[in-house]
Amino acid sequence: MIAAILEALQFAFMRHALLAGVLVSVACGIIGAYVVVNRIVFISGGIAHAAYGGIGLGFFFKYNLLPLLFVNAAAALDQRPGYFPLVGAILFSLAAALVMGLVQRRTRQRADTIIGVLWAIGMAVGIIFVDLTQGYKVDLMSYLFGSILAVESSELLIILALDVIIVVLVALFYKELLAISFDETFATVENVPVDVIYLLLLAMIAMTVVMLMRVVGLIMVIAMLTIPAAISGLFVKDLKRMMVLSSFLGMVFTTLGLWFSYSWNLTSGAAIILVGGVTYLLSLMVHPVLLRARRRRLEQAEA
Amino acid sequence: MERFLIGAEPVIPTAAAIHVSHLWAGYETGSVLEDINLTVQRLDFIGLIGPNGGGKTTLLKVLLGLLPPTRGEVRIMGKPVREGRKHIGYVPQVVAFDHDFPVNVWDVARMGRLGRRGLFRRYSSRDDAVAEQALRQVEMWELRTRPIGELSGGQRQRVYIARALATEPDILLLDEPTASVDPKISTSIYELLQRLNDHVTIVLISHDMSAVSSYVKTVGCLNRHLFYHEDRYLTPEMLELAYQCPIDLIAHGAPHRVFAPHPFGDEVVHDHDHGGAVG
Repeated sequence: MIAAILEALQFAFMRHALLAGVLVSVACGIIGAYVVVNRIVFISGGIAHAAYGGIGLGFFFKYNLLPLLFVNAAAALDQRPGYFPLVGAILFSLAAALVMGLVQRRTRQRADTIIGVLWAIGMAVGIIFVDLTQGYKVDLMSYLFGSILAVESSELLIILALDVIIVVLVALFYKELLAISFDETFATVENVPVDVIYLLLLAMIAMTVVMLMRVVGLIMVIAMLTIPAAISGLFVKDLKRMMVLSSFLGMVFTTLGLWFSYSWNLTSGAAIILVGGVTYLLSLMVHPVLLRARRRRLEQAEA
Repeated sequence: MERFLIGAEPVIPTAAAIHVSHLWAGYETGSVLEDINLTVQRLDFIGLIGPNGGGKTTLLKVLLGLLPPTRGEVRIMGKPVREGRKHIGYVPQVVAFDHDFPVNVWDVARMGRLGRRGLFRRYSSRDDAVAEQALRQVEMWELRTRPIGELSGGQRQRVYIARALATEPDILLLDEPTASVDPKISTSIYELLQRLNDHVTIVLISHDMSAVSSYVKTVGCLNRHLFYHEDRYLTPEMLELAYQCPIDLIAHGAPHRVFAPHPFGDEVVHDHDHGGAVG
């Protein structure tokens, strides 16, 4: 077993994959906690699919427009193929997050309908732009289902940078984010800039989604944001602890999932999600038992 | 220690706690409040009752600056709403919360300090002291580490009162504070409010007649229009106008302390055994 692990770690792609899993888990643990307590899983899904539009746009610019402007640009960018679409996805999903946030708060239309439409449009835009991109057919599947085994060091650095940004932003705005998540009306009355903080939260979701997209894939982004946070929400009743536990669980799931994927030659993203999903189902079964025990303890303490 | 609870914000000394003149408010579907005039004096304890859909929530939103009035003016401690709402400690309905939310009593109480501690600033030791004092006042300090979801309805209500007190308010604004608690707990909440009323003006909104008990100093009826005479007694006329239904229907089963002891008791509240409850 240990020999097998050491053998696996000799591969650079495996080390990269493990590191990517750890880095992504930090962001997804923190942001996932907000997504779960604010019940905005659907908006997160919308942002994730809109990000796909950004990827298509990124490829289009990279292979069709840039070469017209700078002859050697595409060749230079080929040194790190994932970079340009990633920037496109970040910008596109940030824009989508802002639009969805405004739609949800300002319009009297049904917000979930509009988000569903934007969700579909983002997806379609991505596919059309990849169609239009000449000479280079990207492997779209890698964005749908992730390619954690193909993460490059430049991407690791980008993910690390986004991690740092998210940790700093959450630390700076922690009390406001907690306040608007718990009781938005009270926060408004206390003159907290509720709209700005909410859009900040959506922007952080967008950034996290883009990071996760590369690792576990677009399809599984929602699960990865939701599952660790949902599990920790069952067991801890403090937002900070929930974030820490979610991050830790994310790391366990990605590491275990990668190990299963390596050992049995399974698709890595699917293996990671299944590990998380099974853990969640087990937690749901264990939770009522723990809850009853805790109630009994509380009642005894009060008696 | 009580000094903490007297507003630190400068107030205009002579202004009424709340002054509402010729207020109209509503939504696209039409007016909900029409020509509301209300002056709440400092250290008053006013109960506003009215049927569901009578505009209680709308008035509350206007007072909190969440809904701009279509006409008329609102002043809080002599200031426009956006500024004046700093003087209000808002206690929302308990039922409106996600009870699974991962937050404990202490975190909720400290949210009362948000307005004093702007962006990029951590809660100070003074903020903590005020929040602690507020929790002690409502007798919830011992349970400060308890998650909010593990409290009873009455305990949760006390925590929200503590959060409002932590804002160091001049006015406490409560929305149906006893809607989801049993009568014994609701008595203890009213006793708490009565104690707090020594320092703070209290405005209490309720659809429940029984909520407007002997604890309030003045009472008004709200149903599109406001019927208010700066008096603690409801007249049958006020109730009739507000509820637009026969008075004895309302009087049945509700404590009758809000009615004046003599002039109309016999005509309005007849036959059943209200005994000492009247007056």
